[in-house]
Amino acid sequence: MKKIILKFVFTLALPTFLVAQDNVYPVKTANDILIENATIHIGNGQVVEKGSVLVSKGKIVAVGVGIVASKSATIIDGSGKHLYPGLILSSSTLGLVEMGSGAGRPMNDASEIGEMNSNVRSIVAYNSDSKVINTLRSNGILLANVIPQGGTLAGLSTVVQLDAWNWEDAAYKMDAGVNFNMPELFNRPNQFAAMLGIQLQQNDPTKQALETIEKVKVFFREAKAYQAETKHEASNLKFEAVKGLFTKSQKLFINCNTVKQMLIAIDFVKEFGFSVVIIGGSDSWQIADLLQKNNIAVILGQQHSLPTLPDDDVDQPYKMATILQSKGVLFAINDEDTQNRGRNLPFNAGTAAAYGITKEEALSAITLNAAKILGIDNVTGSIEVGKDGNLILSEGDILDMRSSKVTTAIIQGRLISLDDKHKQLNERYKHKYGLK
Amino acid sequence: MKKIKILIGLLPILFFGNTVFSQQTFPVNGVAEPREGCYAFTNATIVQDGQSTLSNATLVIRSGKIISVGTGVTIPVDAVVVNCTGKYIYPSLIDIYSDYGVATPQRQQGGPTTAAAFFSQQQQAGSNTKGAFGWNQAIHSETDAVRLFVSDDAKAKPLRDLGFGTVLTHQKDGIARGTGSVVLLSGEKENLTFLKEKASAHYSFAKGTSSQSYPSSMMGSVALLRQTYLDAQWYKNKPSTEGINLSLQAWNENQSLPQFFEVTDKWGAVRADNIGDEFGVQYIIKGGTNEYQRIQEIAATKAAYILSLNFPQAQDVEDPNDARFIALNDMKHWELAPTNPAVFEKAAIPFCLTVADLRDLKQFWPNLRKAMEYGLSESKAFESLTKTPATWLGIFDKVGSIEAGKVANFLITSGPLFDERTSIHQNWVNGEKKSVKEDNWVDVKGTYDLTINLGGESTKYILDVKGTNAASVIGKDTLTAKFSHDGKMVKIGFDPSATKRRPNLPTGGDTARATQRPMGAMATAPSAGPSFRLSGVSNGNEWNGFGEDPTGAKLTWTASFVKASDVKATTPKKKDAPSVGKITYPFLAFGNEELPKQENLLFKNATVWTSEKAGKLENTDVLVKNGKIVQVGKNISDASARLIDATDKHLTAGIIDEHSHIASFSTNEGAQSVTSEVRIGDNINPDDINIYRQLSGGVTASHILHGSANTIGGQTQLIKMRWGVNDDQLKFKGWPGYIKFALGENVKRSSSTQGNTRYPDTRMGVEQVLTDAFTRAKEYAAALKGPDAKNVRRDLELDALVEILNNKRYITCHSYIQSEITAALRVADKLGFKINTFTHILEGYKVADKMKEHGATAATFSDWWAYKFEVQDAIPYNPTIMQRVGMNVVINSDDAEMARRLNQEAAKSIKYGGMGEEEALKMITINPAKAMHIEDKTGSIKVGKDADLVLWSYHPLSIYAKSLYTVVDGTIYFDREQDKKKREQVQVERNRLIQKMLSEKKSGMPVLPAQPSFQFINVCGDHGHSHGLLAIDLMDGN
Repeated sequence: MKKIILKFVFTLALPTFLVAQDNVYPVKTANDILIENATIHIGNGQVVEKGSVLVSKGKIVAVGVGIVASKSATIIDGSGKHLYPGLILSSSTLGLVEMGSGAGRPMNDASEIGEMNSNVRSIVAYNSDSKVINTLRSNGILLANVIPQGGTLAGLSTVVQLDAWNWEDAAYKMDAGVNFNMPELFNRPNQFAAMLGIQLQQNDPTKQALETIEKVKVFFREAKAYQAETKHEASNLKFEAVKGLFTKSQKLFINCNTVKQMLIAIDFVKEFGFSVVIIGGSDSWQIADLLQKNNIAVILGQQHSLPTLPDDDVDQPYKMATILQSKGVLFAINDEDTQNRGRNLPFNAGTAAAYGITKEEALSAITLNAAKILGIDNVTGSIEVGKDGNLILSEGDILDMRSSKVTTAIIQGRLISLDDKHKQLNERYKHKYGLK
Repeated sequence: MKKIKILIGLLPILFFGNTVFSQQTFPVNGVAEPREGCYAFTNATIVQDGQSTLSNATLVIRSGKIISVGTGVTIPVDAVVVNCTGKYIYPSLIDIYSDYGVATPQRQQGGPTTAAAFFSQQQQAGSNTKGAFGWNQAIHSETDAVRLFVSDDAKAKPLRDLGFGTVLTHQKDGIARGTGSVVLLSGEKENLTFLKEKASAHYSFAKGTSSQSYPSSMMGSVALLRQTYLDAQWYKNKPSTEGINLSLQAWNENQSLPQFFEVTDKWGAVRADNIGDEFGVQYIIKGGTNEYQRIQEIAATKAAYILSLNFPQAQDVEDPNDARFIALNDMKHWELAPTNPAVFEKAAIPFCLTVADLRDLKQFWPNLRKAMEYGLSESKAFESLTKTPATWLGIFDKVGSIEAGKVANFLITSGPLFDERTSIHQNWVNGEKKSVKEDNWVDVKGTYDLTINLGGESTKYILDVKGTNAASVIGKDTLTAKFSHDGKMVKIGFDPSATKRRPNLPTGGDTARATQRPMGAMATAPSAGPSFRLSGVSNGNEWNGFGEDPTGAKLTWTASFVKASDVKATTPKKKDAPSVGKITYPFLAFGNEELPKQENLLFKNATVWTSEKAGKLENTDVLVKNGKIVQVGKNISDASARLIDATDKHLTAGIIDEHSHIASFSTNEGAQSVTSEVRIGDNINPDDINIYRQLSGGVTASHILHGSANTIGGQTQLIKMRWGVNDDQLKFKGWPGYIKFALGENVKRSSSTQGNTRYPDTRMGVEQVLTDAFTRAKEYAAALKGPDAKNVRRDLELDALVEILNNKRYITCHSYIQSEITAALRVADKLGFKINTFTHILEGYKVADKMKEHGATAATFSDWWAYKFEVQDAIPYNPTIMQRVGMNVVINSDDAEMARRLNQEAAKSIKYGGMGEEEALKMITINPAKAMHIEDKTGSIKVGKDADLVLWSYHPLSIYAKSLYTVVDGTIYFDREQDKKKREQVQVERNRLIQKMLSEKKSGMPVLPAQPSFQFINVCGDHGHSHGLLAIDLMDGN
């Protein structure tokens, strides 16, 4: 079976047999897979040197040394390589936005009209044939949380696995996040006014924002009351959609950054008892203690970001993870850059490692801790027996671009193709110039 | 009712009829009433000017002029004598930067107020001004304040109340604003208010209400001014192709006047002065309030300045979450802005002060006193409001001091002008009295005998007057009275029963008891107390009047002055100048109080990545002296050098970013498709924290580009990252000029949701714009060499293109897809120019062979894609393919954040395509140096080159590498250890200023709600990067 795999890879590399990306398709069935002799990064901080992992029927069935596989198993030599759990992109618009805003509205399915859009579901618009998907897999990202963007309550997010024929195949954890874009509590000058130095008369931003936030609270109060009645004369789809928040089968993802906003976010824990996750949290390092105390997790915005003020330490965003780690806050690192579309996720984690936390802690922030935050840690996020076979094998340290080169990826036990549009165009033009 | 009507009917006549000296051409509706207005002000302290003060002197005026001033002056018999004992007389003040009486045109109705509205605006290529004027609506030199001026007493009065008598007024709108007039603040008939019809010519960088698209950037305004100077010169020969151009004609006529240039900040002042230097003009510069931050540069302009007193208000920082978003530089500016005039005085830079820009005119005196508290001398303050402006405007023979023959413009004050307790009683303008505050002309304070005559009986009280609104009546008891004295009318009210409710009040009744009226009769009065109500007239020391007692019985009364109250003469202690923080360079967090100095440096035992044929050298020393690399080798020693142990560390050449938009005030001049006349170098901003942040990422030089808004953009500027130096010192010396071109979606405005009306709208049009521009440039170049060369109009736009044709200026061309790349190459081939660099070039891998043949460099991103349609085929293998085909390949940032990690971006080509590590590093060192034609100066570690170096903590292509030292020209501009200290200093300084603002609030001063310090970041248009919470991305004119 080993031969077959080799042949498969070989075929992809041959320019004469170049296939269009549309022919990179999900794998149907999977044999048992044994990855041998790799440095295994479990995802929970532990590292096993020269270890093996056996995947059977889609699940991890053994982790350690001296594991023997059945004869039919595909054996992959991991010598000198590093094995990681599949990486998780915790917040993205993957499959909703094919190209950035410059490409116009047809390319964008992320923002619905309306303020309280709790009922819209990202998964139904998820394009499992997006050309972006395979470029993420190539860098080890096997799962992504797809979040709708429009309105104050933006709708329901779903975690997808990146090896699917259609969105129903892709759904990994459906509608599990209710997304709330908390308004900013200050006025942002618009570009035009800023350019001309015009001070526009604006309303009191704090008051306006607090009113909006109060509307959201009222929404949840009424939703709660609505859930209390067993039969409804008139159904309210928006209330129905957030049912799970009250039973903690859904989480409330609050998009916010400032201390004041995060203090308000804590309110949602206190009043409603929701599981709250902050997305962004650029000032979360200032109130890490408080977040930890209230069990609020953070999906950090871009690590590769400028500091907020000239006064901030030049590496403030880079070392944010270190501060949260030291205070015991559960956090995930993310890549929300719209110009490379999430594929630098491992390097955002690498930056956090360069500025304080250990490499294994940085890895957790894009694997196990991300899984915990998304509510999927029972099935993925670490290389542990019983979890899905979501694994990646890299030639070297996955967090450093100097050595990060994924050679094998497995989703739910399926050995997936690592071909993508970019590799194909690379082969096409290497062929043109006669480059080997 | 009839009477009222008549009064209203008379008002307009009264308004102008007040004038002492009526105009002879104007018929009189009534009886002529000639007056000469001869007055003598006696016994005054007369401050003639800053130099001489006369005590007990007399001032005589007649017909609006000063006749005589002095101590032994004969008072004409027909003079009205005003006794000014105890009073001071000063020349009235002059405001040199006013728009009094000259309305500013309103921005056009429905003008855009949102970004979306602005960017979707339709292009307005031409001027909306009708008539034989120039092409640009913002250049209206033909505007004359003298023709627009309308007297407005409602606006004049508040200025007079501050002490002003004369202003230079002009229309504050546009780039060339026309002329200003000197007018008197009499608020009367226009014909008689002018001191000088055309006193000044005015300019600025702000196009104001012009609705024309061009210029849409700071550098566009500079280019427009420069071109207009050239056009005006050319117009002097009356070129037939131009016909009549009233704007240029006026421009030329106005040149003989004093030239005023309004800017809003210190760099604007330097920028304006540079234009002046180029065309032999020395401007008088109307500054902002931050010149103190760069006083050396300001002094070097050799300009005279007009300074605003508009100092920032303290902010409300009580809530730490609000204070969090106020940047240190904003807090420091709040603290230091009031020092601005004093700093000018100390630097001996001539200046005037103005009320212009004040949020409220009432702030003038408090702010002026604040400036004095911060070190401005009284004599300088006085001069800057009298003699200096008068001298600059050539009107010192008329106003600015009190001398015989001058206009009778003067103030009568209760004391020294700059004393906080002093009131201006009267402001005489053109020989006419204008009341300011006369109720305290007579010091009413003192005791008076008050006699109330009621029913034939008179009762005596003592009236103790404490001020114009406070007095007590002392009879049996001391009663607090309702009192008012406005200089003419007196009102007194008192409740004789009030004392019952305040039994403990001390009584002074013993001193003044005559026939006692039994007060007990009123004992039953309700507590609100029926009162005596007296009303009368004051005639100095004797007052008399009429009134009613608490029962309503009519009475008459008199009061006569007995003695003044004892006034303790308190001279306010001269306060020491408040202690303030230090100025840093730049004026930002992480700035230095003193610039770092060049050092001799010896890096010992490093892994040296030479970016040369020598490759990577282990355990090697590098010696730096006088800013240059002088030795690379083993076992080097030099006693003069500071030793830096580089064991286990990596030394590379400094990173050169080929594509950036930091450190500039504007990026795009997008109003036209060809704007080769604009120059990024005209608007370099050294106060950009991103210089420091990028130093921390190892960047030592950065190419600041124009944006991608148009096919032929502006001239670019290469800078070295010398943190703290000024705009000129930032510039990389001795490099050839560059210019930005752009193709594709941005040029055709694809992202506009409202469509596009600016040519071109397709890549077909882009090719034609290029062809047309260079065809014109070639013909222009030929004409300049032809027989009629001296009559050829100098065209800055074509000049830059001719430089390209002559290989004196190089192109860096924003481009993405293979069709447009090939089209640009073919236009260049056909018209005989080279495209030096293709930047972005994400489909470069498709046509690498063609670009190589042309000799172009490819400057690109490592892994950007799918952010718009034209980058759908972008691949991260692009740099490797182009490099392997044989091109010079560069990785650049185009992004203030990514520029801090260019080493990592270069390293991605190791991952994608398997490029060698040394080759990868070259993409950010020697390759960009080659692309910029500066490879003989920097870009590699080689003896003789500039010491632009980075010492890395770790393998320089690893994500774990950090710059420990970033060195530019042998000067350490970033030192990771020093940086730790600076972080602490920033926090200490922040806290000091927050506490200071808090105490300002506690002391009862008004504070503004906290204002987040938004960070304006110039981007070229293609951005989705995170620039931080307070970032406002500016895509001007794109």
